[in-house]
Amino acid sequence: MKTFRSGGIHPEENKFTSGSPIEEMPVPALLAVPLLQHIGKPAKALVAVNDEVKKGQCIGEADGFVSARIHAPTSGKVKKIEKHPHPGGQFAQTIFIEPDGKDEWLEGLNTPEEDFNVLPAEEKLLRIKNAGIVGMGGAGFPAHVKFSPPKDKKIDTLILNGAECEPYLTADHRLLLENTDEVLKGLAIISSFFKGAGVVMGIEENKPDAIALMTEKAAPYGFQVVTLKARYPQGGEKQLINAVTGRSVGNGQLPFDVGCMVSNVATAAAVYGAVCRTRPLIDRVLTVSGNAIKKRKNVRARIGTMFSDLVTHCGGLGLKRTNLLISGGPMMGKAQYSFEVPVTKTTSGVLFIKEDRIAAAKERPCLRCGRCEEVCAAGLKPWVLGNLSQKGETEKTAEYGLSQCMECGSCSYVCPSKRDLVHWIKYAKTINADIKKRAVKSGN
Amino acid sequence: MENSKLLASYPPYVREEDSIEKIMYTVSAALLPAIGASVYYFGPRILALLLVCVFSSAGFEYLFNRVRKQEPTFLDGSAVLTGVLLALNLPSNLPLWMAALGAFVAIVIVKQLFGGLGFNIFNPALAARVFLLISFPVAMTSWPVPFAVDAQTAASPLGILKTEGLQALSSMSLWQAFSGGIGGSFGETSGLALLLGAAVLFWKRYITWIIPFSFIGMVFAFTGVFYLIDPSVYASPLFHMATGGLLLGAFFMATDMVTSPVSKRGQFVFGLGCGLLTAVIRLFGGYPEGVSFAILIMNAFVPLIDRWDSYSNSKNWKVG
Repeated sequence: MKTFRSGGIHPEENKFTSGSPIEEMPVPALLAVPLLQHIGKPAKALVAVNDEVKKGQCIGEADGFVSARIHAPTSGKVKKIEKHPHPGGQFAQTIFIEPDGKDEWLEGLNTPEEDFNVLPAEEKLLRIKNAGIVGMGGAGFPAHVKFSPPKDKKIDTLILNGAECEPYLTADHRLLLENTDEVLKGLAIISSFFKGAGVVMGIEENKPDAIALMTEKAAPYGFQVVTLKARYPQGGEKQLINAVTGRSVGNGQLPFDVGCMVSNVATAAAVYGAVCRTRPLIDRVLTVSGNAIKKRKNVRARIGTMFSDLVTHCGGLGLKRTNLLISGGPMMGKAQYSFEVPVTKTTSGVLFIKEDRIAAAKERPCLRCGRCEEVCAAGLKPWVLGNLSQKGETEKTAEYGLSQCMECGSCSYVCPSKRDLVHWIKYAKTINADIKKRAVKSGN
Repeated sequence: MENSKLLASYPPYVREEDSIEKIMYTVSAALLPAIGASVYYFGPRILALLLVCVFSSAGFEYLFNRVRKQEPTFLDGSAVLTGVLLALNLPSNLPLWMAALGAFVAIVIVKQLFGGLGFNIFNPALAARVFLLISFPVAMTSWPVPFAVDAQTAASPLGILKTEGLQALSSMSLWQAFSGGIGGSFGETSGLALLLGAAVLFWKRYITWIIPFSFIGMVFAFTGVFYLIDPSVYASPLFHMATGGLLLGAFFMATDMVTSPVSKRGQFVFGLGCGLLTAVIRLFGGYPEGVSFAILIMNAFVPLIDRWDSYSNSKNWKVG
């Protein structure tokens, strides 16, 4: 069984919903669609208050090269456009849509299946761009940009990221099982951009049903399925490439520098929808789980569905009082302070958790035990970075490889002194970026 | 939803179940076999010594916390562990007030004045032992004879080796030295009991093999070379491994997380240094035993070793 070379942890998996089929969630009474659902600049609103919109209609135009379109998740009326809490932690410009209940597609969308083989590459890329597809694993990088790497970079391996190494999350697992053909066709479309590239699907051992099904179904496509040892952070781009191909993506390199391209499962399925069915990205599959929600489920929810609607759909909050509401997984997700934040294109799960140990944990002095160094998959010294950051010497962190940290949180996970190492590392990144910005402004 | 108070803290939201307390108390518990062996050989007086060391260590930590208005740390287990380790480094007939003085030096001077847990440069228990050794050389080197009826004392095997030469030791078997029942500080007496405790620490992954093995391996290699040169003057490397504080030092003192290097290669260098200094002091130094000095000297090099490791690690991150 394959896995990445160095570091890594194996937290309790808690994948309670692996066996729960994806449920179609009804459209809620109000949708909050943020204009920021990708990295890069937020989209520009194309609609005004009281405008009628159709399902799939473009309501936000991409603003710049690394930006993506936003579409109306259902038909209805624009109620208001204002700043609203965003799962990223900030307030973001958000379009509120009141559904009319008809759920009517805009003319020309959701067309019968087309054979993608007859479409020219430019047309396929244009459809992906128009559909607002972004990396749905969390990065939110616009897909059409990612699929057009510099001409001198030759991609020979396309890897499907079926690791899903975050505890609790099972959305990708269910997609592999239930939307198998869409994922495979999506992969075939992506691989058609890179002539001669082989396709490898890396799936962790804890999804044996998905491995078996994919091995059977992927054979006609000539795709290979690789079983990976369950280990966190295997879903990290560099770790996955290392696990599957044995290549290492060096310092300052990107996956295409070693001839690889990694795609998320949900993204592949969305690419199929965009190219073959002219469906924009208006919904996604996510896991609703945790010890403080009554019914744990995998649901397909419209973008803009608020977390409070997920609670209602999943039978309400349990007896245990939720004190951690997490958008994403418990390792890299973000704790929310409001139930009124919406599902975005990158929301792979929403967790309702009662956990008192996190609140009670106090940072204690570093014992220099070296466990953070041992588990760091990037080969860094989290304790050194954490110390420098805490002391305010963030500028020195660059020489210890600060930028190589992918913020997987393994260091904080293992620290017996409960130091918030990954937090201090992110803090140093923020401060350093700020210093740089100011230096540019003042002309130095 | 209305009455849920949401905690907006940073990820990750799952943490491994381990803590400073768990580590410190587990290491302390791993020393129980050694303590048991000492009670067997030297009688119950050492329990009094142990209690004095543990309670005065925790007590001085508490007092320091009070005086400096810090959050109390005396129950985090580190002071208790220092007390246990200090006791294991003392002769069992040492006056109790000297032991308490040792605890004061360990906790207040060596640990707290340097910033407390995590910031001390020197191993507190070892530094206190050396302080006592220099201040009270007679009391610190009259080792009680095992199973003694009266307060009979004698030099340790290494002491005999230093003062009287190898012939004086001809009656002592290696197994005797290893299993216990030889003169020495009470933690040093039984290598067997120490290894039992060390096995627990290996299993819990609180210590790695790197420091103990490079340390002991170096002592073995160095003394082995001299033994091969002249076996009539130099004791065998096995004798060196079974006597004195080597096993206690290599498994429980040099592996102290706070005062040893963080990285694996750093630990290797540290272990080699400890081994070299121990062997040199034992063979050529003025003192019969060199483990304490060797570890303390290498403690001082730890910041340098860490810096070397970080520096070579930082070369990986240069772009271009």
